[in-house]
Amino acid sequence: MSEVARNNAKGPAAGSHEDIEDEAIPAMQHLLDNPFILLFLGVVVPTVLYVIWGVMEIVGIPIAK
Amino acid sequence: MSAIQPPEERVWWKEPIAPIEITWILIAFVWCLFMFIMMPYWHIFGKQNLANEAYRSTPELFTAKAQAMVDKYKVREETEQAIPVVRPPAGSDVYLVARLWQWWPLLELEEGQTYRLHLMSLDWLHGFSLQPENINIQVHPGYEHILQVQPNRAGTYSIICNEYCGINHHTMAAKLYVVKK
Amino acid sequence: MALNRMFRACPMTGLKVHEPTEALIKANAVAAVVSLAVGGVLALLITLTRWPAVHLLPPDWFYLLLTAHGLNMLIYWIIFFEVAILYFGSSLLLGCRLATPRVAWFAFWLMVLGALMNNYAVFRGDSSVMFTSYVPMPAHPTFYLGLILFAVGALIACFVFFGTLVIAKEERTYNGSVPLVTFGALTAAIIAVFTIASGAIILIPTFMWSIGLVDSVDSLMYRTIYWAFGHSAQQINVSAHVAVWYTVAAIIFGAKPMSEKVSRMAFLLYILFITIASAHHLLTDPGLTSNWKILNTSYAIYLAVLASMVHGLTVPGAIEVAQRKKGYTRGLFEWLRKAPWGNPVFSGMFMSLVGFGFLGGISGVILGTEQLNIIMHNTIYVPGHFHATVVIGTTLAFMAITYFVLPAIFRREVSFTKMAQWQPYIFGIGMTMLALFMMGAGTLGVPRRHWDISFSGNPMGYEFPGAAYLMMGLASIGGVLAVVGGAMYVLIVVHSVFLGKRIETPGFERVRMREGYAPAMQPSGVALQAHGSAAHHAWAAPGTFTLAVVFLASFILYYFVNWKYLATVWPLK
Repeated sequence: MSEVARNNAKGPAAGSHEDIEDEAIPAMQHLLDNPFILLFLGVVVPTVLYVIWGVMEIVGIPIAK
Repeated sequence: MSAIQPPEERVWWKEPIAPIEITWILIAFVWCLFMFIMMPYWHIFGKQNLANEAYRSTPELFTAKAQAMVDKYKVREETEQAIPVVRPPAGSDVYLVARLWQWWPLLELEEGQTYRLHLMSLDWLHGFSLQPENINIQVHPGYEHILQVQPNRAGTYSIICNEYCGINHHTMAAKLYVVKK
Repeated sequence: MALNRMFRACPMTGLKVHEPTEALIKANAVAAVVSLAVGGVLALLITLTRWPAVHLLPPDWFYLLLTAHGLNMLIYWIIFFEVAILYFGSSLLLGCRLATPRVAWFAFWLMVLGALMNNYAVFRGDSSVMFTSYVPMPAHPTFYLGLILFAVGALIACFVFFGTLVIAKEERTYNGSVPLVTFGALTAAIIAVFTIASGAIILIPTFMWSIGLVDSVDSLMYRTIYWAFGHSAQQINVSAHVAVWYTVAAIIFGAKPMSEKVSRMAFLLYILFITIASAHHLLTDPGLTSNWKILNTSYAIYLAVLASMVHGLTVPGAIEVAQRKKGYTRGLFEWLRKAPWGNPVFSGMFMSLVGFGFLGGISGVILGTEQLNIIMHNTIYVPGHFHATVVIGTTLAFMAITYFVLPAIFRREVSFTKMAQWQPYIFGIGMTMLALFMMGAGTLGVPRRHWDISFSGNPMGYEFPGAAYLMMGLASIGGVLAVVGGAMYVLIVVHSVFLGKRIETPGFERVRMREGYAPAMQPSGVALQAHGSAAHHAWAAPGTFTLAVVFLASFILYYFVNWKYLATVWPLK
């Protein structure tokens, strides 16, 4: 683990990023790397499936005669 | 490299998945699928399901319906509070009022017959809990919930409240009689 | 630069520690432990009341303290600790400064204020409405206001976390993707945002109702949206404690996740689907259709269950791979036998994993099956289940990681090391007893939140079978044991923090970090040889797989036992 600290201390001199960024990042990895898309999905999916659908069903309950 | 450090490969998405993992995922997914199908399956082939029949109602309306049933089918009274015991005909609509801290009235049903049981609370939330059968239904104020029940064993049952409803919650209990024809 | 002088290098982990973050982690952890201590005292009094032979408290006190116990444990202890985990997972693991520490402090004090206000409302005596505060049973306005303030504080803390992720990326304090544990913390934070938003949607109108601005709040609407808050809050815990499992596997064994892709996809399934299982609570409610119930209660085809089953394999699997590399290769289980069972960080984490899976997970799926819920809803089976998930799963995992946090963050040696070795076992075994016997009593129909199952003096009362009383007694003995374990934890933590031996290591130094720039990536080939290859070897973790199969077999067996039992009760339509 101390290796990490040593590496970190080297900072930018330890190599530029460009030389390893040759391979395209797959779309799924992009998705998993983007916290805000995930946040969007994580809020929208339950809001639609659970909250909105559920509230619609409750609102639609008929009135007793 | 470990879980508390960034993945060592820039493109980790293309790493192969260990065989042990993929095997387990497949087995687990089949089981998940099975459990999912089990619920609709039971709706079709099973005998214990809740109907989706419910109505928005008011305490006045529901009390009136229950009172009408009591007036018509009362067979006796029990305890010092003279709680009516009602024996409605097989197949009829049966009303059970939940209120602080009582189930009203007491019901007497026939073994093997089907009844339309209407449940509603007049005040707070209550929990219909039939013992020792262990059938448990949430009872709401303002919503009349209808279940078709078919008592299949004669005996004296208890209905207790299993949704906390205030300081005397634990005193809320009633009897339900199932009698042979 | 001024900001960057506030880092130190941690000699234990090699992490760069942002000192304002460290202070915030400490504050949140302390608030958490205080809540746990309060909740624990209440737990003792409650468990002694539900012990039929003791029946300690009068009913008003029982219901009051049960309300306070639920709130302090399920909300305050756990969310304060989770905020600490969010700051750890972002700032510390990414070696990044925390976004807006001042706002984070504001969030902290708001949460403290909310927790105090809510507790004040309960202890006034007019808000014994339970953790769930179902309308139309009223509580004092400060009850809801306190909860709302706390939730707003927690939401701000989540956005400090998101802000820190942005800064780390901008300033390039890491390369590529965030660590898996950070991803787990992200999952928790996302679920927290949905959770808190749902809480706001329902608690704000309820607060307005309590001060007379709104006429009424519909009870079914309340229960539906409330559970998007109440249940999802427990899913934050699941994500957080799974992240803790991965953390412990990493720091104790240097274990590498078997596959980043699989573990992250499992977290993605949590993000998408775990929160919809809030429907577990509404399966016997009127008016919601079976379509809605089945899709939501099953996390959309049990995909979140699948995710948990994946984590349940990959965490011990990664540990097994790491252990086998160290030479513990004999038989199926030498890696497990030779694991550091005397280290509370490991023993607590491993019991958390096993208990969460076998007890909490299986019982949760059974409870959450639409029809099976009929024979369990609101019985004491339910608290039995969630004491297995939230207490054995989450609390025990948090206790375990504490024994790492004390030296790493608080820079204190763990006091009473012998007691610390025993603590997870006593707590874990006590809680396992409590959970199991509560579930047993629940299958006999014993209700939850009930002061007197003997209905003494009530001509209409029900006489529960002797086995129910026996199991309630045994559950309470387990509860007392767990309280002892919890007290040991609080004692160890408080003593270590205030009186523990300070850790002064030669490795301790303040580091100057130039803004950003993480080390370059290792060339992947080398890294694969170094660690990765073992995991990709066919059946690298046969012992874990065997355990997984045992788990599945118990799952299937218990699942069908319950259907069989359901099939005997009165036909319902």
